[in-house]
Amino acid sequence: MALTRRHLLTALPVIGTAALGVGFWEMLKGMKSGHFDPHAVDTPIIGRDLPDFPALEGLTDLGEGFSSETLRAQTKPVLVNFMASWCVPCVLEMPFLKTVSSEATIWGIVYKDKAERAAAFIQRNGAPYQRIGQDPQGTAAIEWGVTGVPESFLVMPGGKIVWHGSAALDKDTFLYTIRPMLNQFKEKAG
Amino acid sequence: MLEMFGPENGLFALALATILAFWQCVIPLWGLRSDRLRLINMASSLAISQALALIYSFFCLIVAAARDDFSVRNIAENSAISKPFLYKITGVWGNHEGSILLWILILGLCSMAVALTGRRGKVKLPATLRARVLVVLGAISVGFEFFCILTSNPFARLFPVPSDGMGMNPLLQDPGLAFHPPILYTGYVGFAVPFAFAVAALWEGRVNALWGWWVRNWTVAAWAFLTCGITMGSWWSYYILGWGGYWFWDPVENASLIPWLSGTALLHSALVVEKRESLKVWTILLALACFSFSLSGTFLVRSGILNSVHAFANDPARGIFILSLLGIITGGSMVLFAWRAPSLVAEGGLFAPISREGALVVNNILLCSLCAVVLTGTMYPPFMQLLFGQTLSVGKPFFDATTIPLTIPLLLVMGFGVGLSWKHAKLAPLLRRLSVPCALAIISFILSLFWLNSLLASLCAGLAIWVIAASLGDFWFRRKALTSLWHIPRFMVATLLAHCGVAITILGLCGMSAAQQTVVEAHKGEHFSLAGYDWKLQNVHTVDGKNYTAQQADIIVSRHHHIVAVMHPEKRYFEQQNQSTMNVSIHTNFLRDLYAVLGDIHEDGAQTSYILRLHDNPLAPWIWLGGLIMALGGFISLTHRRFHKGAAHAAQLRRARRQASP
Repeated sequence: MALTRRHLLTALPVIGTAALGVGFWEMLKGMKSGHFDPHAVDTPIIGRDLPDFPALEGLTDLGEGFSSETLRAQTKPVLVNFMASWCVPCVLEMPFLKTVSSEATIWGIVYKDKAERAAAFIQRNGAPYQRIGQDPQGTAAIEWGVTGVPESFLVMPGGKIVWHGSAALDKDTFLYTIRPMLNQFKEKAG
Repeated sequence: MLEMFGPENGLFALALATILAFWQCVIPLWGLRSDRLRLINMASSLAISQALALIYSFFCLIVAAARDDFSVRNIAENSAISKPFLYKITGVWGNHEGSILLWILILGLCSMAVALTGRRGKVKLPATLRARVLVVLGAISVGFEFFCILTSNPFARLFPVPSDGMGMNPLLQDPGLAFHPPILYTGYVGFAVPFAFAVAALWEGRVNALWGWWVRNWTVAAWAFLTCGITMGSWWSYYILGWGGYWFWDPVENASLIPWLSGTALLHSALVVEKRESLKVWTILLALACFSFSLSGTFLVRSGILNSVHAFANDPARGIFILSLLGIITGGSMVLFAWRAPSLVAEGGLFAPISREGALVVNNILLCSLCAVVLTGTMYPPFMQLLFGQTLSVGKPFFDATTIPLTIPLLLVMGFGVGLSWKHAKLAPLLRRLSVPCALAIISFILSLFWLNSLLASLCAGLAIWVIAASLGDFWFRRKALTSLWHIPRFMVATLLAHCGVAITILGLCGMSAAQQTVVEAHKGEHFSLAGYDWKLQNVHTVDGKNYTAQQADIIVSRHHHIVAVMHPEKRYFEQQNQSTMNVSIHTNFLRDLYAVLGDIHEDGAQTSYILRLHDNPLAPWIWLGGLIMALGGFISLTHRRFHKGAAHAAQLRRARRQASP
């Protein structure tokens, strides 16, 4: 039986089916072992320059506002924290932010919240932020790719984002991820 | 009396059905091998008994649900005493286990239909072909019945027995959704029969016009149900989810659209096999692909691979089982195709490029391209993540940019295609006949440019008018040629309806592209204006339902100080599930929908404000109206039992001639 063009053409569906089948198999295996999560959202912002966002107004008596330029012009790493007074995980996160505020520079962005409520909330929790910007419409959050609050970013001098967390900051994350990055920077700086 | 329909009886009946399906697969196979007609003919009675066992089993599950038997895990997890009776019954297929049993039941009923039809008349189904089809269907049944018993037993018991069930997802408590799954599944599963016919044809090594007739009819039946099912699903998402949209390009929606597109291609190519004995190999491949797509849809939804809003309880173990079944059914059939298809004799009737066949080939190319595009868009995100670790989502912009350019030529060909004659068509008289539709299309294109402000949407609207006008014109032309005015062949009516249905849906989609919406924070007594209407939030009050409490708003819509409608959108709270649903209020006059949703309620001291979403959706009802007309066309064509001996006869002559002159 000679191999004709017809044979090659009719073999194409088999190849396509086999490729899809192997793919599905790998996905299922990955789902079982946890490598493959169809609902995963990745954070393409890591390693990039921070996005441009309009200058954010500050909160009276608590901290002045900032813009992307001020953030880039810093000489020390800055932990940028998106928060709101209406968000329960933010309330839980606050005491921890206060404890690490001596070690790291933390700037807050108040996401879709009223100024007086946010101010009262931050005041009550010991004001861990050196600077606070207000983002009442959530436009800056869109630029940063924030999907909810709280989310935090570690920004290096010059504006490179080296870390992004989309959950409340906790002790483990700080000890094993953020502190090493801060130490690395200190060593480099001499 | 009802004692004989206990859950265990249901499980035993399911096991019996599995055994019967096994014999339905094996005995006729043995008969075909050893040429024993008695064994071959046993296929029909086995298929009928299998279907009866499945009906019994399914009835047991319904009885358990109706009697609130919470010792059955499936019912305890999905039902509750306070649930309205209708939803106790329909809730049986609202979950994974029950829906799999329904799936199997429909497959069994299809087997039974194959066993019972084509016993006499011109389109008699040859005994060996029937047996082969039943063997294939039996094999598929065995696989899924094993799946049901081993991994998703709907009759599994629960101990200790809870006093009340956990209740159903309130979103599913809706008459539209209650009957959506059975209809959709009938569509999906119906494609198993063309698949079985295709495998039988490869096995027998013979395809003729009669085969085409059977495949076309089964495809039309499945297609009509699938059309109905998709239409209902889309309507449900429009008025239940309250997002104001009708199609979200969600993977699960695409999983139903892919078989629909390939099914549409299949029913047209099977027509060519039936009338002209051409495109045989292609039709076989489409029939195999169509059911494979239906199955993959089921698999992908239930394995949780696709990131979708439609959630079934995901379980990778089940996923592996279905994937193996899928591998055997699809992979096996594709290998069989690669092995046998090249040796199928391609002695089809020849045709000129400008002919009905030519137009149908173009139709197939375009529909399959559409299908490939939707498939690519759906499978791209999981495969990108698997291969390159990138997560991304493919949505409306991609599908709009790729499907609209393919739909435009499809609509164009639809207008021409119906007017062309078989084999070789003369273009000049057709073009003369089409001048009026063409003029109408251009006029409506220009008119809609003013109204829609979008070139592509206006073009689609103009082409939809073109399809309607050309189909009606052709119908009128052919009707004149008939001897009796009262005996219009039903296939002509069917084609007319199906094509006009497509055009009406397209018009609805074009209208929706001009939809307007706004989200407002309203206080009682406040006015808003949208799309030339004045919307006033009159009042909000509390309403008690059977298993929920609701906040109901009264919105008065008026135009030029005349009240157009009083709308009552609700926000229902289901205490048992601690879940809220938004009940949309829609006021329609079939040319436009006014659509109002009551969202969050903010209590700010003495002032209470309500978030309202208001939509004005022009021509929205046409989207679903078109779908129902399409399905109606499909059902009407099924009542047309005529089979042309002409094509079969011509093919026999060709065969005889070839043998005579070697």
